This record gives sequence, C-alpha cells and structure tokens, in this order.
Amino acid sequence: MTKRILIILVLGLIAVGVGLVGMADRLVAGLLHVGYGAPVPWALWVVFYIYFIGLSAGAFLISSLIYVFGFQRFEAAGRLAVFTALVSLIAALIFIAVDLGRMERAFLPFLRPNFTSPLAWIIWLYTAYFILLLAESWFLMRRDFARGKQAGGLKGTLYRILALGTKEDSDVARARDLKVVRVLGAIGVPLAIAFHGGTGAVFAVTVARAYWYSGLFPIMFLVSALASGGALLTALVAFALRNGYARHRDLVIGLGQLLALLIFVDALMEIAEVLVSLYGTAPAHFIPIQEQLFGPNWYIFWFLGVGCALGLPLLILVTVGRKSGLWTGLAALVSAIGFVGIRWNIVLPGFAVEELPGIGRSFLEPHWAYGLYVPSPMEWAVSLFAIGLALIIFALGYTVLPLEKREA
Amino acid sequence: MPENALLRMQADLKRALGKPVAERHWGMVIDLKKCVGCNSCTVACKVENNTPPGVTYHVVLEEEIGRYPNVTRRFLPRPCLQCEHPPCTRVCPVNATYRRADGIVVIDYDVCIGCRYCLAACPYGARSFDFGEFYTAEQTPHLAEYDLNPNFEYGREWRRHPANRNASPIGNARKCTFCLHRLEKGMLPACITTCIGGARFFGDLNDADSLVAQQAASPRVMRLKEELGTEPSVSYLL
Repeated sequence: MTKRILIILVLGLIAVGVGLVGMADRLVAGLLHVGYGAPVPWALWVVFYIYFIGLSAGAFLISSLIYVFGFQRFEAAGRLAVFTALVSLIAALIFIAVDLGRMERAFLPFLRPNFTSPLAWIIWLYTAYFILLLAESWFLMRRDFARGKQAGGLKGTLYRILALGTKEDSDVARARDLKVVRVLGAIGVPLAIAFHGGTGAVFAVTVARAYWYSGLFPIMFLVSALASGGALLTALVAFALRNGYARHRDLVIGLGQLLALLIFVDALMEIAEVLVSLYGTAPAHFIPIQEQLFGPNWYIFWFLGVGCALGLPLLILVTVGRKSGLWTGLAALVSAIGFVGIRWNIVLPGFAVEELPGIGRSFLEPHWAYGLYVPSPMEWAVSLFAIGLALIIFALGYTVLPLEKREA
Repeated sequence: MPENALLRMQADLKRALGKPVAERHWGMVIDLKKCVGCNSCTVACKVENNTPPGVTYHVVLEEEIGRYPNVTRRFLPRPCLQCEHPPCTRVCPVNATYRRADGIVVIDYDVCIGCRYCLAACPYGARSFDFGEFYTAEQTPHLAEYDLNPNFEYGREWRRHPANRNASPIGNARKCTFCLHRLEKGMLPACITTCIGGARFFGDLNDADSLVAQQAASPRVMRLKEELGTEPSVSYLL
C-alpha cells in the first residue's frame, strides 16, 4: 500500500470513527435529531447524495470516452474511472438510505414501483447501472485475476475468488474482453444519461418549486456531473496513482483540458440561471437566487461554488495547467471539493420561498419552522461516516485490485 | 327559524354515505368574510388527530394589508386541499399516497418509505413528516398523557412511543385526511364543527342538494394556485 493510499485509508477510518456516534443515533432515534423539518424536507444528505451520484455518472461517462469512443490518450485512467464510479455510487446510495424515514422499506420501490414518479425510475436505473458497473469492472480485470491467483497469501485467494473460473490470460483474451467492455460501456452511456438526467428530473417536475421547475435542470445535472466527476478523476490520477502527475503527465493534462471545457459550460449555465432569475419581479424566481448570492449562506455560492468549483480551477487550467500535471491535479482537487457547494445550491434554494404567503408565521413547532436551515451535528456525523466508508472502500480496493493498466 | 348549517351538513353527510364511494366527492368551502382568524380549527385538528410536534395538518395564514390608518388583517385557513390532480401522489415512488375514489388523498402508513418527495412536491405546503417528536422534553422521565394517547386516522389505532421509533407513523409523511375516520361514522370533520364563525362548509360536491355544492357555486369563489391545474377540492369565498 503506498503512503498516499494509506493516508486515504486512515482519513476514512477516522471519519468512520467520528461518524459512528451519529450513525448510532440515526439507528436508535431515527430522524429525530436532524436539523431539517417539513418546510425543508431535503437537506444535507440529499446534497451529498446528488454530489456523489454526479461524481459516479461523470467518472463513468469519462470512462466511456476510453472504452466506447476510443480516446486512447486517457486509457491509463480507464479502470480507475470505472472503480471511482462504483465507489461514488455506493456512497450515494448510503446517503439516500439514511435519509429515508423508514430505511427498512428501501426495497419497496422494487416490489411496488409507481412509474409516474421520477424517483421510482431512477431507483431502477441505478440498480441496472450498479450491475453494469460490476460487470464492466470484472471484464476489465478478470484476466489479471486469472494471472494473479497463483500468487500466495490473501491476495491470491481473493483473485481466485474474483476470477470466477477465468483461467486464460492472453492478449487475444484481453482483446475479446475489451469488446464486451465496449458493449457494456455503450449500454452504460444512455443509462448514465438516463439516471442522472432522471435525478435532475426528480427536482425539475415539481410545479411547486419554481426554482427547480425547468427543462434546464436535467441538463444542468448532467453538465455538473461530468465536471465534478471529471475533476475527481483528474485529481485521483494525479495524486492517487503512483507518481501520478509525473508519470501520467499527458493524461492528467489531457483530462484537465477536458475539465476546463466542462467547467466552462457549467459556468455558462450558472450565469444564465442567475441573470435570468434576478431580472424579473417574480419572487418565486428571484428569491432563491437572491438568497444564494446575498443571504446568510452567501459563502457557499461565492467561495465554494464560484471560487473553488468553477473560477479558480478554470483560471489555473487555462494558464499554468496546460503545461503542468501538478497544477492541473491541484485545480481538479479544489474543483471536486467545491462542487459540494454547487450541489448544495441545487437543493436548498428550492425551499427558500414559502409555498403560500404567511405560512412561515402561521405555526411554529420543532421540525416545522420556516427559515434558515443549519445541519445538525448528527447530520454531519452521519455524513462523515458515509464519506469515511467510501474512502476506506476506495483505499482497500485500490490496494487490492489491479486498477493500473498492466505495463506491456 | 333559519336552518342550522351544521345540522344541514350532517344530513347531507348521511345522504352521501348512502351512495357508493366512487360517486362521492368530498369537498370544502371556506367563507373568508366570516373567518376571524381564531385558529380554533387549527387546534381542533391537532386535538382530533393528536398530531405530535412537527406534524401540522391545518394552518391559518394571516396577512396584514394596507397602510395605517387603513389597515386590516385577513385570514385564510388551509387544510389539505385534496386536489383532483395531486402533484404529491404522482411522485410517490411506492404508491403509498394515492387519491381515493371519493376524492380524499390518503397515505398508507404501512407502505410509506419516508422519502419526503411528496412534501417537496406539494404547492401548498400541506404535508408534514413525523420526525418522532414528543411534546414532553426528551430528558423528562414520564411522558404526558397527550403524548401517549392514540390517534384514529384511517379508522385504525396508532400509538407512538419514544422507545419505538421504528413504528409508523413515525418516519412517514402525514397529512390532513378530511377526518375520514369521522366521516365513516357520520361525523363532520373537526375543523368544520368547531368553527365559531360558521365559516366552513363540508359535504359531497357531487350532490347538487348539498350545502357545500351550493356554496361552491357562489360568484365569490376562488381556489389557491388555480394556474397549476391541481383542481383543489377546497375553495374559498372572498
């Protein structure tokens, strides 16, 4: 295990340790200690859920550039991309599971789905996508499992299990497998667009919330997913792979330039949304924007969103990033973290406007108060737990699985 | 002597209960000229359904208009509007919430997974979620009686207890049911009988002879957010 991966593992273990208290409370007291209520029914965990599902879709779609559209330049990052997509998906699913009022009923959308609900569609689509990711990962790595199972110890045993009976490892066999990967990737592209556009549709179809009710929303979701997933992938290649930004300089810079384009498009959409909504007099449209830009949480928009996710990385990528793998990696890392702010500002401003005038003053009770939402300590703890778990899975997977392409 | 509106509505109710369920359309009309903003209806609903903190089916919106000395206040009681085209039922991933044939939008506490999509989708903020709160503070050793009393929504006995937070309706979406459990016993909803101003009317909108259908035909009538096409079953007289 390299030192960097060890750091990721230790961070993950600390996060899980700290978060365990929150998780215990979640299991015993249910949603009692969350900071949100009926007026703000979706909050921090939903923000993290759409963040991670976006990372997954983005990383996967970039992997499809390699395996479906033949972008040879990015090939060294292929398996890492698919694996990142898998771990991000798991994190997203953990977040949405803890957010359910009745976690133990999470299987019901499979038994009695209501397909007029975008939420039902995407649950089914995620499941299909999960299976596809597992299959694609297996076809990418099974020859390495076959080759490595002779080795002794734990790794050998694990590889023998994961090989699922694969015996042969040859260039011909690998080429055949890549054809299967190509088919899976090709199925995965519309699938990823469907589930992530569908996640956007979950918000977009609500006539009740003018901030969300727009055909633009599913598109914004896809663009943000590609940008954030691309950012994470670039940062992982630069800093998680052995000597990443030095050994894979061309790859990192190439990913960085793609990222710059994606960030640019995302920024354009943000600008359009902000300017158009601020223009008119309709409170349902300008209040959510006004709150984001000038309200108590202004720093989420300006610092995390405009600064970290979009502005600073774009600036670096189009200047020093064009020649430097290190700078590209740093810009990508900052961007990946900043996108949490972008995702926050997708969910929370939807609840900035009272459904009916005066409803905020009509009643006051715990979990039924209109006004500023602040995540409770329990929410943060559970979030740490889920993120820590993802870091641990990533670190262990990275150590054990053959994610770096076999050197010829 | 003018007829007593409550007695008339009770007779209307009895007649409607004699019809097949699918032929009824439960509806409400609220006369805003008569509403004085006392919130008795809000309290009656709380008591009838024994809703915990955080779960509030009925509210009265209050708006102050004009400029001194020409100021006034107006009040708008808001139960669930029991829409004919509910945005909430469309988005439930498991069909836990659905519109009955008689127009009432209900929630099946045995199915609801607590995703709260319906809360986000309601244009009127009419839905609540049971977070497992109790009126008695967490650290107090003994809970008050009103925390432990059951409620009888949907004709079943629902009990809540802090030791059992994994039992419905905790963790479920909850909403006004037009006091369905009372209707089935021939009683009008609690908010209707309690109103001190006689401002509220209830009955079968499909029955041309019912008081509520006659009130709903007034030229003073309006419905909230008509432009959304939800077709509420609750209308207001301005």
